Amino acid sequence: MGHAYTPGLMVTERTVVRRRRLLPIPGTVTVQAGSQVTAETVVAKTDLPGNVQAINLANVLGILPDEIRDYLLVKEGEAVKKGGVIAENKPFIKWLKTEVRSPIQGTLELVSTVTGQVMLREPPRLLQLLAYIDGTVVEVQPQHGVTVETPCSLIQGIFGVGGETSGEVVMGVKSPDDTLTPSQLSPAMKGKVVVGGAFLTAETMTRAREIGVAGLVVGGIDDKDLRALLGYDLGVAITGTERVGFTLVLTEGFGRIPMAGKTFTLLSRRAGQKASLSGATQIRAGVIRPELIIPTSDDSAAIATPRGSGVSEERTGLMIGDEVRVIRDPLFGRIGQVVALPSDLSRVGTESLVRVLEVEFPDKTRAVIPRANVEIIEG
Amino acid sequence: MKASSSELDQPVATHPLSVIIATDCGSTTTKAILIEKKGEVYRQTFRGEAPTTVEAPFEDVTRGVLNAIAEVEELSGRKILDGERIITPNQEQAGNPNVGVDLYISTSSAGGGLQMMVAGAVQSMTGESAQRCALGAGAIVMDVLASNDGRLPHEKIERIRSLRPDMILLSGGTDGGTVSHVMEMAEYIAAAEPRPRLGMSYSLPLIYAGNKNARELVQEILGKKTSLVITENIRPMLERENLGPARDKIHDLFLEHVMAQAPGYKKLIAWTGAPIMPTPAAVGLIMETLARREHLNLLGVDIGGATTDVFSVFRNVFNRTVSANLGMSYSISNVLAEAGLPNIMRWVPCTIEEQTLRNRIKNKMIRPTTIPQTLDELQIEQAIAREALRLALAHHKSLATGLKGVQQERTISDAFEQRASGATLIDMLSLDLIVGSGGILSHAPRRIQAMLMMVDAYEPLGFTLLSVDSIFMMPHLGVLSTVNEQAATDVFVRDCLVYLGTCVAPIGQGKEGERCTDYTMTFGNDRKSERGTLAFGELKLLSLGPDERAQVTLQPAKHVDAGEGRGKSVTREVRGGVVGLLLDGRGRPLQLPTDTPTRLAALDRWYRAVNLYP
Repeated sequence: MGHAYTPGLMVTERTVVRRRRLLPIPGTVTVQAGSQVTAETVVAKTDLPGNVQAINLANVLGILPDEIRDYLLVKEGEAVKKGGVIAENKPFIKWLKTEVRSPIQGTLELVSTVTGQVMLREPPRLLQLLAYIDGTVVEVQPQHGVTVETPCSLIQGIFGVGGETSGEVVMGVKSPDDTLTPSQLSPAMKGKVVVGGAFLTAETMTRAREIGVAGLVVGGIDDKDLRALLGYDLGVAITGTERVGFTLVLTEGFGRIPMAGKTFTLLSRRAGQKASLSGATQIRAGVIRPELIIPTSDDSAAIATPRGSGVSEERTGLMIGDEVRVIRDPLFGRIGQVVALPSDLSRVGTESLVRVLEVEFPDKTRAVIPRANVEIIEG
Repeated sequence: MKASSSELDQPVATHPLSVIIATDCGSTTTKAILIEKKGEVYRQTFRGEAPTTVEAPFEDVTRGVLNAIAEVEELSGRKILDGERIITPNQEQAGNPNVGVDLYISTSSAGGGLQMMVAGAVQSMTGESAQRCALGAGAIVMDVLASNDGRLPHEKIERIRSLRPDMILLSGGTDGGTVSHVMEMAEYIAAAEPRPRLGMSYSLPLIYAGNKNARELVQEILGKKTSLVITENIRPMLERENLGPARDKIHDLFLEHVMAQAPGYKKLIAWTGAPIMPTPAAVGLIMETLARREHLNLLGVDIGGATTDVFSVFRNVFNRTVSANLGMSYSISNVLAEAGLPNIMRWVPCTIEEQTLRNRIKNKMIRPTTIPQTLDELQIEQAIAREALRLALAHHKSLATGLKGVQQERTISDAFEQRASGATLIDMLSLDLIVGSGGILSHAPRRIQAMLMMVDAYEPLGFTLLSVDSIFMMPHLGVLSTVNEQAATDVFVRDCLVYLGTCVAPIGQGKEGERCTDYTMTFGNDRKSERGTLAFGELKLLSLGPDERAQVTLQPAKHVDAGEGRGKSVTREVRGGVVGLLLDGRGRPLQLPTDTPTRLAALDRWYRAVNLYP
């Protein structure tokens, strides 16, 4: 294949993003094309069907399944109250009477004379879909949702935990090499997106949760601290639904890895502005990476091409002069410039024949690395 | 596979097959191979690949297919495409033998493959039969629901609702038996109002393959809420499983519903000369075909980035399982979680700090396309592969069983064996051939590494031939076997399989250095016979090339079994390979020293003995 390199993560000061906001089932769109929305605006809503509780009346009352209609006090489609009697038997001796009460408030949906079951459904739950980013509604899909567009700075992370949130960007550290410690978090950071440097620990995350920080953005964490945060060992990188108290975005990976200078500088420049962020990560087919979107009123951003969710722009390939991040040991996390792209296959330490490139690091040292083990810093 | 309705709708090639182009549309890569008839034999000649284009920004699978075929065109000098059309048939009769192909076929696992939920009345009976049926059809089974699965009714309903499978297989009850259990499951499914994974506007396909007496009731309750298809019961009697009709229906619905929803597939279906098959179903089919033709007991494995598929054919019974979260990249972290760190580290011939290793594995998970650059990284990946292979086989053994909870019809020999019902069919001593596939095995820098990974993970007993798939063309050959079995098996044996050699592993344990077995090797040619002693704790690699065969006679120690009983002499003809003949005296079951210095010394000794690493 022509593309023997990993497409990079987007870190760009000016771009335009579009995010599709779709309901899981058809409902009502509450905004119009052209509407200005904030991250908190409800753009669509729907009623999710309520939960179902099944009761086997035949078993409870000790009767045959085809007899249950004779013992029911409510009909299919009728409302039931929590604790209300829905069926009872008719014994000769009154104190042998058995009453079956509804465990929920809702409706009696189904009566089965084959199994002796009844199904009770809770009332529908209202689902309100938020805009997620401050911007403009550029497209409406009736009954399904909208597309919101905004000029912004965009930073994609490599891995995240937790869902969508928003808050003001604040710098927790002074340098991309720093560790974000619990003492650097203050109550004033409640509801904000705090930027760390190279690393933070489980203690910092505990403190962030206590304070009510909306998001943490950092170069790396240790695997053991992720386990402590989640309460289990994550086996497959599909995230976004965790409820850990805040949204976490890693920009580099696992371990202590300084945040790329370009990312740190961009975040520093945008400190004080509102960011929308999502920790949702899916590495398999249909790649989703965590992201920070910092809307900007800067008109010059608008000339950029809108970037859709999960859309990676096609590049022609690696070029000499490209800035790349090494993404595998032994030089994991180092950032340098491509200085040579030999076309012949080279033998690496494992004896495999692979396509390689040569990278020069800021300290002027050079290394030969498999092309599969670098990622372009895009944007 | 029997012809099914959708197959009949496909154009079927009627002209002679001389040139065939086949693609496999994987999650990330679309691979094309060219097969040409050379004399009387079919050979795979060229291959090409391109990124799969099911997802944005392309959202049309045929783009990737055309790109992969274009690469084959470039390499072979054969004109296959006319714009966006595959030229068929081959234009030899018109004097242009280098233009066109006679047949185009394809498999697909793009977009996550076929994802199914299955339901049965009793978990270990119809639940397991339904699972075997769906797996055999090439699906990933997302969950198995049963009346007695330990979940409360509302938990089952919530699970069905949240899963969003591509289709559901509902079974339950024997024909003429009670209908209430299967109806209970039908009622839960109806209450959940399940929706399909792809497409908002069509209803979820559901196959009912349970008690025939419940068909009308199922129709009544699920007919309006799903796209219901009714077929023969997969368990008409407790003593009999009938998976074929439901499996065929799964393939039909895969094409008609699931594939039809995926971007570009309607066009792709129109191009192919045989029905598109789910990739694992095609791999299973070629393994089944080989086992049947060669009268082999066979074990196949495909270890990928996300999943590990295991296929087996023992005594003509085919089974497939997929371990959905055991893989070498996307799921690598899950191998660590399931196997545990000590089990992985026992294969690594060096020490490494735990946190460093855990971070490295997580980094591979989030950057799955990276490759090991240093020897220690390679050794760690190969250690993880051993554990993924081991766990996937354990999973396979638990599902590839005889029918559970039944009075089995027994022959005289069975009566002597006293086999319990539901015992695993996987008998490592009667296993003839292991076929390994997947990047970590097929692309190992040294072939011995692939051989030893499989030997360590599977612990074959007695005499077992091992092979790897050279360039992962089993899916293509599987679907080709539905059109032309000879072409498929010609290519499978000549170009697909790389024979590594035979592993000889006596059963038993002993002190290190103690005699395990004496061996004699004689050859049909001028080569001088070889004899020697294999000690416990010893690994020996003897030269026996790909085209060579040898008579091997083992005279094991009193307490050691070489396949015919303790202390009994065994003679077998064995086949060589690119690695040779591996004599494994490490004992069975294989036990590694528990203290680190002794273990490291043992690994070092074994790895040196077979020249495993530079």
